[in-house]
Amino acid sequence: MNILKFFTAGSVDDGKSTLIGRLLYDTDSILADQLEALQNSNRKNDDGTIDLAILTDGLRAEREQGITIDVAYKYFQTAKRKFIIADTPGHIQYTRNMVTGASTANLAIILVDARNGVVEQTIRHSYLVSLLGIKHVVVAVNKMDMMDYSETVFNSIKDKYKALAQNLNLIDVNYIPVSALKGDNIVQNSERMDWYKGESLLHFLEQVDTDNLDKSQLARMPVQWVIRPQTDELHDYRGYAGRVLSGTFNLNDKITVLPSGASSTVEKIEFFDQTLDAAHAGQSVIIHLKDDVDISRGDTIVNASALPQETKLIEADLCWMDGRALDTSIMYLIQHNSKTTKCKISEILHKVDINTLEKHPADEFKLNDIGRVIVKTADALAFDLYDDNRANGSAILIDSRTNLTVGALMFRASVE
Amino acid sequence: MSEYNFDYLDELEAEAIHILREVAGQFEKPALLFSGGKDSITLVRLAEKAFRPGKFPFPLVHIDTGHNFEETIQYRDEMVSRIGEKLIIGSVQQSIDEGKVIEQTGKNASRNALQTVTLLDTILEHKFDACIGGARRDEEKARAKERIFSVRDEFGQWDPKRQRPELWNIYNGKIHKGENVRVFPISNWTELDVWNYIRRENIALPSIYFAHQRDCITRNGQLMAASPFLNMDDEDVVTNKKVRFRTVGDMSCTAAVESDADLIDDIIQEISESKISERGARLDDKVSEAAMEDRKKGGYF
Repeated sequence: MNILKFFTAGSVDDGKSTLIGRLLYDTDSILADQLEALQNSNRKNDDGTIDLAILTDGLRAEREQGITIDVAYKYFQTAKRKFIIADTPGHIQYTRNMVTGASTANLAIILVDARNGVVEQTIRHSYLVSLLGIKHVVVAVNKMDMMDYSETVFNSIKDKYKALAQNLNLIDVNYIPVSALKGDNIVQNSERMDWYKGESLLHFLEQVDTDNLDKSQLARMPVQWVIRPQTDELHDYRGYAGRVLSGTFNLNDKITVLPSGASSTVEKIEFFDQTLDAAHAGQSVIIHLKDDVDISRGDTIVNASALPQETKLIEADLCWMDGRALDTSIMYLIQHNSKTTKCKISEILHKVDINTLEKHPADEFKLNDIGRVIVKTADALAFDLYDDNRANGSAILIDSRTNLTVGALMFRASVE
Repeated sequence: MSEYNFDYLDELEAEAIHILREVAGQFEKPALLFSGGKDSITLVRLAEKAFRPGKFPFPLVHIDTGHNFEETIQYRDEMVSRIGEKLIIGSVQQSIDEGKVIEQTGKNASRNALQTVTLLDTILEHKFDACIGGARRDEEKARAKERIFSVRDEFGQWDPKRQRPELWNIYNGKIHKGENVRVFPISNWTELDVWNYIRRENIALPSIYFAHQRDCITRNGQLMAASPFLNMDDEDVVTNKKVRFRTVGDMSCTAAVESDADLIDDIIQEISESKISERGARLDDKVSEAAMEDRKKGGYF
């Protein structure tokens, strides 16, 4: 059994929270006391049934306003898979929350209201999915119950979305007609849409293989911590602790340490009380090297035959996440895996109107703005392009005046 | 490339180890909050996996309400001596003696709320800049929205509206003087994940997690252990039942469930079929729909 992390894009009006509530409810993931709290709540659907959307609205302000402000994480599992849902708000003023939720997801569910079809919001959400490099998309055409479960309606939305998907370079897109409110095609295939021959949403989520498109072969491990017990029996012990971002390190592999450029060979790989032959993407391990090289937190161990890019000038997409606008005259901190260094945004190349996807020249960047910039860093970063290796192609910006995380960066090119 | 099987528990474990090492790398004076419950016991195992054969780069901190189950304290002391790490104890009784908090009175009196003050004092005294805790997002809806690195101001307060965006697996631990960060490495684990992990790793637990005979009374529809810490009167009828505890907090606020599960396999079976969530056995969440949100804003774990 493995884990599928997905995020849901849509707004309250599209029935997003109802969809998630429905997935939880129909997989028996709601427990008796939670259900009791739900039934005691004053919010009900028009027909008197319980409002499943309440399950995901966690904060008091959200319950009062009936909207989702922040990212909420929800968990459920079936016999086949464990699921982590990032439930994010859909309105444009919460774009940064959506970017946050999407950053850790392998799959996106884009909700389209069958009554309205592909609208501005659909374009915006799909753009964010493409920006964040999510390879698998499910377009859930919701509220089919309000359109007489019409195949024609579904097909016309599907055709329209296909053009958008092509434009945005979304590779694996799947279309499912659903009614979250009535439960059609969520867990069970709906008898009311016998024209639909595909899988139910849950069945699809259980089966989809998210490993096939995302595996970078580039072996990378940022060093988080150097383990040196300095006891009598272990006085020469020196292990580099970190999580393998991508690729595989095998025993005797030739490696390079960046930024120093020192080379060595993998001598030993440890995981607690085990000694391993290889360390794979996702594993948190300790690596020992044959040679005594100077390594500390912030350095990256990489496969010597597939080096990352290394520059101080990087072209990147930036999503601005703070109420205080970007100031190109001041220094920020950039955190890339375990490395933090100073940086400046030296140039704004363009801003994207995320409703129309048009690019405009710009000289300011405000909350929720997205566009292309040039980042100039104090120390060189050892990175890969985001599209090649998401884990080593992303970074955050920190405002050292407030310590807040103010920007998300996706690296697109080195600037020579 | 060699084949390897990386299942969901391996992935959760690797993520938690990564988070613990980020704490070590980013903070000057971190601490691991240890309650003696299964979640913090799991954290200790994860810390062993993150830092052995080295020492932990942080002490364990126990906020002792003085109303703990005897079995928990015994477990704590045995564990600390086995792993050879430092334990710091913050005492709620001492906070009461010093007049910093006042003991609640009445039938539902509990020291649960008081421990927030002791925790904040302990953080201040030792200048901890990061406190690792075993909270999980599946426990409660306010927790479902909390970050893995959750910044608290100098009054220990959580501000849900000013949470930092947390992207990919990059954790921003930058703070101002006086602030601290609560770190939750097992945020993405569910109760069942924790139990499955404990089974897989063969981790010992305090005996109160397993079914045993105990004198109990019924309070607000919940089964409570009869103890000197519970204000009882003539209306309370003591009966001896076979019970176990799903969470371990104070004796005055942790309810028991009737159970025959005395092996971990039976417990996992019971939880898989259970229709009452884990925090459902906590009277402290019952106060209002926003009870947890309010307590977290006030500095609670």
